Amino acid sequence: MKISTIKDLLEADVICCEEELGAHVYSACGSDMMSDVLAYVKDQAVLLTGLVNSQVIRTAEMMDMKCVVFVRSKNPTAEMISLAQESGIVLLASKKRLYEACGILYSNGLVGNRVKNV
Amino acid sequence: MSEALKFHFEVDGKDFTSAGHASVMVKKNLRQLGLPPEKIRQVSIAMYEGEINMVIHAGGGVADVSVTQDYVEIVLKDNGPGIKDIEQAMQEGFSTATENIRSLGFGAGMGLPNMKRYSDFMEIDSTVGVGTTITMRVNI
Repeated sequence: MKISTIKDLLEADVICCEEELGAHVYSACGSDMMSDVLAYVKDQAVLLTGLVNSQVIRTAEMMDMKCVVFVRSKNPTAEMISLAQESGIVLLASKKRLYEACGILYSNGLVGNRVKNV
Repeated sequence: MSEALKFHFEVDGKDFTSAGHASVMVKKNLRQLGLPPEKIRQVSIAMYEGEINMVIHAGGGVADVSVTQDYVEIVLKDNGPGIKDIEQAMQEGFSTATENIRSLGFGAGMGLPNMKRYSDFMEIDSTVGVGTTITMRVNI
C-alpha cells in the first residue's frame, strides 16, 4: 500500500518527508509499547502509535520503517521531526484512534506481520 | 577485513531522550561497511534494546562493538544493580521497570528476549550490587 493511500484512508496530515509519500509499505504494527514493535520483523512497515517521544522515531529507524502514524490527534515534537527527516521517515498525524486506524488499514488490505521466535 | 573494527561508546544514563544514540551510530557504520540490511537490523535492534536497558535500569554504561569477518560482537557493560534472577528476566513480559518507564513505551518485559531473538549468541554475566555485562554476537 502506498503511504499516500494511508494518508487518505486515515484522513491524516503530513508532518514531514512528503516527498516519500509514493513509497510502498507491506505490513503494519499498532502499539504504544516500543519493545513489542521491536519484536516484529518485516521490511517496509508502517508503525501506528499514540506514544510521543524520540524513542518512537529511533524504534522506527532501527526497524527500517518507512512511515509512522500518530493517532488520537497526537503531534510529534520538533526534535522527533528532525530525527525523522534525517532518516527519511514519513510522519503522519490522524484524529482516529489506534484501534480504528489499524482496522481501516487492515480492511483495506494492509495486513499485520509475524513475530520472530526466540 | 583481517583485523576487527572496533567502536566504543559511553551510554549516558541520565538522558532517556538521547538513549539509542550509540545504536544509531553503529547502524550508520555498518551500512558504510556494506553489511546486509537484515544483519544490520539484527545488530541495531539487539544493541538498541540493550542500550535502553542500561539507561532504564543501570544509570548508563559502556558499549563496545567489534566487527570481524564472521560476526559483529556487542559488549554492554554497566555498574548497575545487577539481575537477581536471569532466567526470570529472560521471560517475555517480566519486567521490573517503573510505571514511568512504561509510559515512555518501554518496560514491557521484551528487552532481553528481543536481544536474544536478534542475536545468534548471547551471554549475561551479572552480579547483584556489582553490575551486568552482556555479550551478543550476530553472525554475518
